[in-house]
Amino acid sequence: MTRGEILAKIQDVMIDVLDLDDLHIEEKTTAQDVEGWDSLSHLRLITEIEAAFGVTFLTGEIERFKDVGDMVSTIEAKLQRR
Amino acid sequence: MLESLEWLQPTPADFRLQIKDLRATIASGELDGVDAQLQALANYGLGLSQLEQLAKTARSYAEASPKTAMRQVRLGLLGSGTLDVIAPALIASGLRHNLLLDVVIADYGTSLQAACDPTSEFRAKNPEFVLVSSDFRTLDLDRSFMGEAEASSKVQFAAQTLRAILDGLKGWVQGGVLMQTVVPPLEPLFGSLDVSQSQSCFAMVAALNREIAGWAQAGEVTVVDIARAASWVGLERWDDPARWHLAKMPFAMNFVPLYADLVVRVLGAIAGKARKCLVLDLDNTLWGGVIGDDGVEGIVLGQGSAGGEAFLEIQRVAKRLRQRGVVLAVCSKNEQDAALKPFREHPEMALTEDDIAVFHANWTDKAANLRAIAETLQIGVDALVFLDDNPAERAQVRRELPMVAVPELPEDPALYPRTLLAGGWFEAVSFVEEDSRRADDYRAQAKRRELESTSDVAGYLQSLEIVCTFKAFDAVSRARISQLVNKSNQFNLTTRRYTEAQIAAAEADPALFTLQVRLSDRFGDSGMISVIIFRRQGSRWVNDTWLMSCRVLGRRVEEAVLAEVVRAARQEGVTELVGQYIPSPKNRMVEKHFEKLGFTPSGEADGVTTWTLDVGAYDYPDLPVTIVRE
Repeated sequence: MTRGEILAKIQDVMIDVLDLDDLHIEEKTTAQDVEGWDSLSHLRLITEIEAAFGVTFLTGEIERFKDVGDMVSTIEAKLQRR
Repeated sequence: MLESLEWLQPTPADFRLQIKDLRATIASGELDGVDAQLQALANYGLGLSQLEQLAKTARSYAEASPKTAMRQVRLGLLGSGTLDVIAPALIASGLRHNLLLDVVIADYGTSLQAACDPTSEFRAKNPEFVLVSSDFRTLDLDRSFMGEAEASSKVQFAAQTLRAILDGLKGWVQGGVLMQTVVPPLEPLFGSLDVSQSQSCFAMVAALNREIAGWAQAGEVTVVDIARAASWVGLERWDDPARWHLAKMPFAMNFVPLYADLVVRVLGAIAGKARKCLVLDLDNTLWGGVIGDDGVEGIVLGQGSAGGEAFLEIQRVAKRLRQRGVVLAVCSKNEQDAALKPFREHPEMALTEDDIAVFHANWTDKAANLRAIAETLQIGVDALVFLDDNPAERAQVRRELPMVAVPELPEDPALYPRTLLAGGWFEAVSFVEEDSRRADDYRAQAKRRELESTSDVAGYLQSLEIVCTFKAFDAVSRARISQLVNKSNQFNLTTRRYTEAQIAAAEADPALFTLQVRLSDRFGDSGMISVIIFRRQGSRWVNDTWLMSCRVLGRRVEEAVLAEVVRAARQEGVTELVGQYIPSPKNRMVEKHFEKLGFTPSGEADGVTTWTLDVGAYDYPDLPVTIVRE
């Protein structure tokens, strides 16, 4: 998957998890930029992203996510390692 | 199967669209039918996000103050670990069990204060029920290696803490306290020795769970056995150490849906919303094959074949449910005769005709039949569970009657029992002797209603073969008499309440004429259904108590009782009976009781009416009742 495709899929998951009508995210999007993305929904988000991509994030990786781009990178690396 | 709640259908692709539609409907104020739509949406194996979306929708419905058939309950959550994620799951799952929930959560780490402090925010929110959940890690059972004595006091301390929370809650929680059992750790300390070494965390958790079970046995708390659920799916999958460290999640996120359903089914049972009746299809559900085509010799049942044994097990499970108090009914697309043949002729049937309270075999659609079955049993359609191997039949019923629970079944009938029971629709929070008889009582009542619908009143009563047994109060029946005296509200002329001691005194009091009345008919024994007390006052008897169970209305029992009283009165030379009606908020129905029995009004004061009957002028009516005197 390209970074763009990963980003699009994360966007879809977020729309479902955060129950939004519409959402546009970019790699530099952070939790502050998205309505309803708080520490509680973050837990669900992580879980649903893991399920959507078939990957598992390490605790350390989760704690280091600063923006959506970090997620994309981590996912990309895990998919490549397969 | 358990993780994705496979007794429910998988979430449809357009779920989010259906949610949006429903939200629009609610926003427009069109609240009729939303109950059914919410329940239809809940009846899928929903994931975290869907549960959250459905919960939001249910909340906005509740806020519109709708006329709902669901039980509205505010549930409080107390516990260690992160509970916020679980709240929406509880709300959405509650819809499957006829509950419209509102959930309030105490702040993290404040369980004791929330339970015991009268000024706590948690108490101010006034939850009707409270769930206490605990994790062995926050109960301090895993910190360090310790000696036996220290381990024992650690368990005591944990138990005392939970006990203090429980006692605090019992002081103000109206509905009841639910307490989760503690899930043991996976990690061994010694290995296999853990089970017998009291200082292993495994043994400490087991000891704590025994304490909790003790409180449950004493009726002080209702247990939600999460420890067992974790063992069902496997501790390895249940526990997620990484998520515990990250967010104090007590178990893996993918078990939130299962956890939520397990809690709400217990809550539903306490609130009286557990299902009452299992409706069974026949062909390929209770036996292999189609009776109409294969005949009794051709259907597959028992007889040492793997397939046959699987169907036999389904019958046995149904039978056990019946013995536990669940009513059984049959709904099959078959000719009546063909459908009954295996019950009458097949040597391996575990279920008998008598086990089935209502038997519908016809060619009408199943939803219509289910409505009729519920009507006959006088229960709501939302009290039915429908077991049918045929996906088309399941779909028809789900469409027409979303409040009927329809388990989604796997291909292999060997897994039907597990799938049916995993759904938890018959969750019970108590069991007493009478429960075993409930299925019999329902069956008897159903038979009476079926008979009633086919005859005129007089013919119906005659064919019931009613037997009415009269006896004075005695010690053996004292408890039941007291129960009726203290619980009857509607058919109760004077609503006088007496203690068991007073009833005991009445047994021997020569100034009183007492009657306990039992009723049975050809369908069953209803037990004691009426209690009568008259005070002897020379030539007149004055009625002190006259109450009757509403279950036996319309069978002319009151007339039989009066005849019996007159008979006894005449033997003592009594010339007048006096009756009194003391109005209460619930006994309007007996306002004209004495008038109907031929008494004349003789006075009124403050709403209390008095009536008299001339014993000499009374004519015994011709009643379709056989009298037995003991």
